[in-house]
Amino acid sequence: MNPVNYLYLAALLFTIGATGVLIRRNAIVVFMCIELMLNACNLAFVAFSRMHGNLDGQIIAFFTMVVAAAEVVVGLAIIVSLFRTRHSASVDDASLMKL
Amino acid sequence: MENLIAPLIAAPLLGAAVLLVGGRRLDRVGHWIGTLLSTASFVFGLILFADLLGKNAEHRTLTQHLWTWISVGGFQADVTFRLDQLSMTFVLLITGVGSLIHLYSVGYMEHDERRRRFFGYLNLFLAAMLLLVLADNYLLLYVGWEGVGLASYLLIGFWQHKPSAATAAKKAFLVNRVGDMGLSIAIMLMFTTFGSFAFGPVLSHTGDASEGKLTAIGLMLLLAACGKSAQVPLQSWLGDAMEGPTPVSALIHAATMVTAGVYLIVRSGAVFNAAPDAQLAVTVVGAVTLLFGAIVGCAKDDIKKALAGSTMSQIGYMVLAAGLGPIGYVFAIMHLVTHGFFKAGLFLGAGSVMHGMNDEVDMRRYGGLRKYMPVTFITFGLGYLAIIGFPGLSGFFSKDKIIEAAFAKGGTEGWILGGAALLGAAITAFYMTRVMLMTFFGEERWKNQPTRSPEAPSAEPAAETRGEHSEPHPHESPKVMTIPMIVLAVGSVFGGAFFSIGDRFLHWLEPVTGHSEGDSPLSATAVTGATMVCLVIGVAIAWARYGRKPVPAVAPRGSLLTRAARRDLFQDDFNHVVLVRGGEHLTRSLVYVDHTLVDGVVNGTAAGFGGLSGRLRRLQNGFARSYAVSMFGGAALLVAATLLMRAV
Repeated sequence: MNPVNYLYLAALLFTIGATGVLIRRNAIVVFMCIELMLNACNLAFVAFSRMHGNLDGQIIAFFTMVVAAAEVVVGLAIIVSLFRTRHSASVDDASLMKL
Repeated sequence: MENLIAPLIAAPLLGAAVLLVGGRRLDRVGHWIGTLLSTASFVFGLILFADLLGKNAEHRTLTQHLWTWISVGGFQADVTFRLDQLSMTFVLLITGVGSLIHLYSVGYMEHDERRRRFFGYLNLFLAAMLLLVLADNYLLLYVGWEGVGLASYLLIGFWQHKPSAATAAKKAFLVNRVGDMGLSIAIMLMFTTFGSFAFGPVLSHTGDASEGKLTAIGLMLLLAACGKSAQVPLQSWLGDAMEGPTPVSALIHAATMVTAGVYLIVRSGAVFNAAPDAQLAVTVVGAVTLLFGAIVGCAKDDIKKALAGSTMSQIGYMVLAAGLGPIGYVFAIMHLVTHGFFKAGLFLGAGSVMHGMNDEVDMRRYGGLRKYMPVTFITFGLGYLAIIGFPGLSGFFSKDKIIEAAFAKGGTEGWILGGAALLGAAITAFYMTRVMLMTFFGEERWKNQPTRSPEAPSAEPAAETRGEHSEPHPHESPKVMTIPMIVLAVGSVFGGAFFSIGDRFLHWLEPVTGHSEGDSPLSATAVTGATMVCLVIGVAIAWARYGRKPVPAVAPRGSLLTRAARRDLFQDDFNHVVLVRGGEHLTRSLVYVDHTLVDGVVNGTAAGFGGLSGRLRRLQNGFARSYAVSMFGGAALLVAATLLMRAV
């Protein structure tokens, strides 16, 4: 199968994730969309790795997974504490950080 | 023997240090310490003089290298002294006349409680002046030059509790700064032109430099000389400098300070010889000043100011002679020395008169004093005869030579300069006769005077502080004051003849300054005859106006010229209108430009950025999703830009 198709899939997934981040208000959904974007990138890395015949892309995919795992821990903790204080998981409600 | 040069300067410097640092415990002996150290310096000078006389004319230059002052790359400044015939002449004049003035001040300042400090300043003055004439390079000369400026500031403003004295000191200092700037620029030009500012390299390599550069150096040196020697256009400080105690005036006018400019020009003769334009400027300055000072001297009723005008005029003669080149250098210095004698004598005489007259300076309140002050009268009279050039006295020989040299310049210039010098001689005879007649002859106008009117000019404060408003009782001054006057009178009588007979002075100074005879359109006898005629005319007019008729005790209104001369020919008004007002207008317009243009650009930039950031701040709205849009937009732009660049 043509590896370029994986790239098309990666671009599609990334677009879905980005759109979700921009238009959804629920923090959990935004979070899941971010994960989607990360994994779209991973897919692209692996595809490129295959296309170019070296392992660099795969190694970076592992790094991305590690970072994503750490991010999930921190991000979920923030979302939980946000929900506890404000009784809402809407990202638009948490708009106090402004001038 | 050259090791004696440094102690020559060190003696008065030590005196200044001891007297100024020593404090009140030296009050009782301070004046004798000062006089002693100044005399010691004179004795060192005499020993060196004897040593020089014992050598051949070519070997009469001693140098003493003390230490290297600054050495940076090609920039080398040494503390080296150079004693040749020219500086020797100055050393003897400065220390000799200076010591006599010290001695006189012992009596004159007897009642001043700050006498010790006064002597400290006097010693400082001598030390600075000696450093000036003994330096072997222009930078060290500049140190002495500034020292003289400082000492004159301290001494002119010695009675600093009087606002007029404080102002006069400031004025002298500021006007001198203008000249100092000229000297510093000249030194910088010398360094860029010759790579050095020592006398040797500069003065022996004038042939290597272009005439334009030499003219620039010469003009800057002339500016410096104008400041120190009170020549037009920097003459205005000299009259006000009379606010200082009278011995200071004698010191400034005879031995130190005003002679520095003449020294500078004569010492830099090689530069001027190679720059005829600068030389012409020197002669013009000299001729203008000699007439300017003489005219001012005619109208002043204040005895010291009349003498100040005369100093300006006599220094004008010297500068004129120095501008004539090798024809005149020797005579400039000769007149400087004889002038040192008779002008010091005249000032000390004036001080003696004031001492006996409750510090009155207005000559219209003098008169008939010859009976009461015989010694002062005779010494002052001899000084008077010397300055007007009475045949046989010192002024006759030296001034006559300058007038001859001016005619010998040749061409139209020679006639103009010679004519100005002759006219100056006539005016000198007039105003000095006037001073003489008003002070020592005629009615005794100081009798039956009401107390001084408050607006009457008062140069010295002692009368007010002592509360003596009664009629003065003229009396002769003590011996400590009359002895210096007698010595100086002897010098003014015989000095000129001693120098001139057998051309002694010429042969002494010629190896340093060089000498050439000009071709005068008039014979020496004719010039002397013309000078005598001018002298008689001047004296006769003065006699007709002040001898035959009684002198009114209140100054009459006078002609337009008299009134102008009383105001120093509007020198201060000119300075005020042109320099002070002009300066104010300039600063105001600069402030305006600063406020509108410079501040406008700066404030405008700041306001622009402030407004821009106010707009940009709105982007910070707290919505995470709008930040995300910005990020996506930015990332998209970067990707697009990268693709675009790769495509190109």
